[in-house]
Amino acid sequence: MTFLSFLISGISLGSIYAIIALGYTMVYGIAKMLNFAHGDVIMVGAYICFFATSRYEMPPIVGILLAVVVCTILGIVIEKLAYKPLRAAPILAVLITAIGVSYFLQNAALLLWSSNPKVFKPIVPTGSRITLFDGQLSISVITLVTIASCIVIMIALTTFTSKSKMGKAMRACSEDKGAAQLMGINVNATISLTFAIGSGLAAIAGVLLCSAYPTLVPTTGAMPGIKAFTAAVFGGIGSIPGALVGGILLGVIEIFAKAYITTQLSDAICFAVLIVVLLVKPAGLLGKQIREKV
Amino acid sequence: MAEILKVDNINVYYGAIHAIKGISFHVDEGEVVTLIGANGAGKSTTLNTISGLLRSKTGSVEFMGKSLNRTPAHKIVSQGLALVPEGRRVFLQMTVQENLEMGAFTQKNSGVAADLEMVYQQFPRLKERYKQTAGTLSGGEQQMLAMGRALMSHPKLLMLDEPSMGLAPILVEQIFEIIQNLHNAGTTILLVEQNAQAALSVADRGYVLETGKVVTTGSGTELLSSPEIKKAYLGG
Repeated sequence: MTFLSFLISGISLGSIYAIIALGYTMVYGIAKMLNFAHGDVIMVGAYICFFATSRYEMPPIVGILLAVVVCTILGIVIEKLAYKPLRAAPILAVLITAIGVSYFLQNAALLLWSSNPKVFKPIVPTGSRITLFDGQLSISVITLVTIASCIVIMIALTTFTSKSKMGKAMRACSEDKGAAQLMGINVNATISLTFAIGSGLAAIAGVLLCSAYPTLVPTTGAMPGIKAFTAAVFGGIGSIPGALVGGILLGVIEIFAKAYITTQLSDAICFAVLIVVLLVKPAGLLGKQIREKV
Repeated sequence: MAEILKVDNINVYYGAIHAIKGISFHVDEGEVVTLIGANGAGKSTTLNTISGLLRSKTGSVEFMGKSLNRTPAHKIVSQGLALVPEGRRVFLQMTVQENLEMGAFTQKNSGVAADLEMVYQQFPRLKERYKQTAGTLSGGEQQMLAMGRALMSHPKLLMLDEPSMGLAPILVEQIFEIIQNLHNAGTTILLVEQNAQAALSVADRGYVLETGKVVTTGSGTELLSSPEIKKAYLGG
């Protein structure tokens, strides 16, 4: 039973990684850039929800919606101000800019909200648990909410990209921007939309993360951001199902490493697994084989 | 006949390279006009400039009396100008039908089903494969898909960039048959080809390009029988 409960915790943590990884993978798929500021958008989302629910005592759902709206706008603004002017620049310039934006967000948070940890008020009351098998297995409600959110988001996003006109346009842009323009697709607007979706999801991830681990500081988003990036690469960057698989696997590995090996080394084990996967499958588990143009 | 496209003295650069040196030409409604010339003569560059992917430093591109000089590429297709790009550039990971739907991106959703039917009628092979991803199609089928995709936008002028490139002779024949059919149905076509023989046989008029300049112009039959053209482009 302890195994099962660890597995469920792992899937729940992995669900958060998966939701964050979606932002990395979608932006990479379309803009071909790694948005290292993505993790810090999570932190901003968590702070917004924190102030809404704790300081202004709004109901959790309002806090979440507010966080999503603010992060969506933040994502669009970041893209417009920091990345769009670099559309034709070498990727290294864009990468360094992304790291710069990441530091900017962390320091802005430090300035605005100080380094004192805030105690996040979970969106479902702490201690609410569901017990199964005559009390042998006890799962917290937030764990289940997290997993359910991840499933809903995955289904919604897959439907969006495979069925809707804008979703298909996104896929077209990610394959060939020039040809997409010839179809009449506005590539800049599509990139903005991608950032908007990714950042909105980051807000949800932030709220879920802080509901499970309630300490909120300006660097809260950094480590989960890096882990989710790892998950995205692990699953195959650019692939939406890859983000899901990579995220869940990473979460499960991390929790098992913590439970059965050692807490201190759990991060090292996560990254070691990543290295092994990339050695065997350089494109990631579900990554597309890169075809060389002849 | 009304002039549909007017290209006037355009100059296009790739960095320091002066690729197009003051090209001017026009296309009238209902015509098939071809630009022929060797590799690097500036044929594709000209088409990419008309469709807004590249910009001209000077001169103007006018389509149906309106200047396209400042129109972004994604707004040009809704004006009635479609380009089938060199190398086809279909969306390989999307299905045949999704590719065609992308062609109709600027169209009202209500008309798409009928347009799909129209394209499938013209290219029955595409109908057989509508669920397959474009990457699984042969080169000839991909060319048909790229053409069908462009037709989905109801173009007033269809621009084809090297439609026969890399295709087996029998498929080249098929592609030119399709071009002839489109012409007979009244579509205005601007055709860029290295296969000068085939291009000139379907074209009303042709322009011969050499290192970024128009060197000769005339009707298709005139150019086909001109001794210099024969020597330079038609293999003697």
